Amino acid sequence: MTTQEAAAIAETAPAPRRRGRARSGRGGTGSWVVGAYSLIALAIMMIPIVYTIVFSFNDARRSNIVWRGFTLDNWLGICDDDRVCESFGNSILVGVTATIVATVLGTMIAIAIVRYTFKMRTLITVLLFLPMATPEVVLGSGLGSQFVNMGVERGLWTIIVAHIMFCISFVVVTVRARVASLDPSLEEAGRDLYASPGQVFWRVTLPLLMPGILAAALLCFALSFDDFIITNFVSGNAETFPKFVYVAASRGIPPQSNVIASAVFFLAIIIVVAAQLSAGARRRKLAKTG
Amino acid sequence: MGGSFDESGADLELVGVTKRFPGFTAIENLNLTIPAGSFFALLGPSGCGKTTTLRLVAGLEEPTAGRILIGGKDVTATKPHQRPVNTVFQSYALFPHMTVLANVEFGLKRRGISNAQALAHEALRLVELDHVAGRKPSQLSGGQQQRVALARAVVNRPALLLLDEPLGALDLKLRRQMQLELKAIQSEVGLTFLHVTHDQEEAMTMADTVAVMNKGRIEQMGAPEELYELPRTSFVANFLGQSNLFTGPVVESAADSITVEVAGVGVKVPRERAQRHAGEVTIGVRPEKLTLHTSKPDSVAGLNVLGPGTITDVSFTGVSTQYLVQIPGLPAITVFAQNMAFGPVAEQGAEVWVSWRVEHGFGLADEADPEPRFADDDDTRSIAVQRRQSLEVELDEA
Repeated sequence: MTTQEAAAIAETAPAPRRRGRARSGRGGTGSWVVGAYSLIALAIMMIPIVYTIVFSFNDARRSNIVWRGFTLDNWLGICDDDRVCESFGNSILVGVTATIVATVLGTMIAIAIVRYTFKMRTLITVLLFLPMATPEVVLGSGLGSQFVNMGVERGLWTIIVAHIMFCISFVVVTVRARVASLDPSLEEAGRDLYASPGQVFWRVTLPLLMPGILAAALLCFALSFDDFIITNFVSGNAETFPKFVYVAASRGIPPQSNVIASAVFFLAIIIVVAAQLSAGARRRKLAKTG
Repeated sequence: MGGSFDESGADLELVGVTKRFPGFTAIENLNLTIPAGSFFALLGPSGCGKTTTLRLVAGLEEPTAGRILIGGKDVTATKPHQRPVNTVFQSYALFPHMTVLANVEFGLKRRGISNAQALAHEALRLVELDHVAGRKPSQLSGGQQQRVALARAVVNRPALLLLDEPLGALDLKLRRQMQLELKAIQSEVGLTFLHVTHDQEEAMTMADTVAVMNKGRIEQMGAPEELYELPRTSFVANFLGQSNLFTGPVVESAADSITVEVAGVGVKVPRERAQRHAGEVTIGVRPEKLTLHTSKPDSVAGLNVLGPGTITDVSFTGVSTQYLVQIPGLPAITVFAQNMAFGPVAEQGAEVWVSWRVEHGFGLADEADPEPRFADDDDTRSIAVQRRQSLEVELDEA
């Protein structure tokens, strides 16, 4: 989803909410049902998150299922179980590398698809969307067996290649919408104002595409950090965080992984809130001066 | 080009320029010279090739054939950023991610001019917008954005300034004001201006020379008065103001005038004001040159009289009254009469004659166009709006 689309959804969202309130009225059975339903839905959504956060403070022994008392040891000694930190580090490495490569390649592809006509453009466009439509199990097993066939040793690099592969599709889709909505006369104005093609790209095109590119990069990192299925097929002995948690689940997940999951959750919330606040501040500033 | 300014405007010369797009020819063998320091307007309906001409000069399109010379130097093969030309775009095309000041500085900085910031402030003062230098373009009104776009182009002191209907998006009052400002800036900085527009009034009030373009060719070129008083083709006669056109055979060809038979009456046109002197010719006269008579005027030498006819429509417009007169065998004749007395001098349905002095008539090089005027809403801007709407619909559906 591009930032523009997100903005469009945010703009259209309040309308149905208002309608809903008007229809349910005040104190009718309708509103009671909707209220209860919302509570249940929220509760179901929150239970695993709350469990993860709460049990990150559990004084756990072999398994982290029964509450044994409050402790900060897990938070203070995240790397006591070094497999947690190692797998987390691997996930960050894979995520960052895949994001950078996929975002650069995907942006270039998106610009090429929108701006230029070349042989097999339609075919390439269709092929780019294929990974999004194919079940991950199929992609993962196919890729994994090809690595084996070719005698490539599976490890972090094969994970990175796999993640770049599926990320590119999402980057292209996100950035393409931004390129298509870019007014070509802006770049023409740049060329007209003595900027060489390179300068036009760095000073006009890229800054204007940046919101779309950042959204694409964020999406790509989230997908990569989260991915288990494809990773599992192509990782060999290398462990990413999701893979570690999956494997550990059968023996009892160490509470440090709850700590990391909670930390990631809080970080994401902070980023979203900060983005909302700064966007709101910018809007207010625009409204004041404009 | 280096880091220096051009001292003054430069000549622009187009030699045999042709531009073909897949499926149609936008410009056919165009030859045009615009002298340095002049304000030149390319006037025509949408699709006549005027914007393509501008883009060719800017370097945003490459000609299929022909050469483009600026100040005597052949720039046909150079890229836009290598040409001493700046454009004020129809959509203004201000960079939304930069401040107004950064927008104006952009061209100067690309050319490595040292005191870019001071020059940019100076240019903003010229358009009276220095107080908004720190704002983003989206925080400005349409008129202010237009002036920033102008400052961003003028600050570079280009040899040639190209204006692509820059006033199209403004309301009438702001437009008049901007027309005067543009003209003032042009005489102040002494640049060569090439202004593309479909607004004949704008072209006539602002430009020293107007070229009327139609279907990729220049139909006629000259000073606004000259084009108005002596149009050479029916397209110019109708696109630039209104005209009453009559077609008939030449029945007499004298030393100083020709006589054309119109609805059984001989109508004289000065010989030097007629493009053709034999066969079927189309002659015309401007509506404000016509006089209405409620009784048959005496035939006097030097006066053409047509009638009798019936007034089919009277519309009062303040300074003048517009009459439509139907004479059997002729298309409806439009007469503009100054309101010297109070109100219309003749009622609808009245029997009238029209007359005009022989020297006011003109003879055209071609036949009268079956469709005399263009639909008013068929201009570039409304086409652009329509395109954008259809694109938005498409994006919504996707």
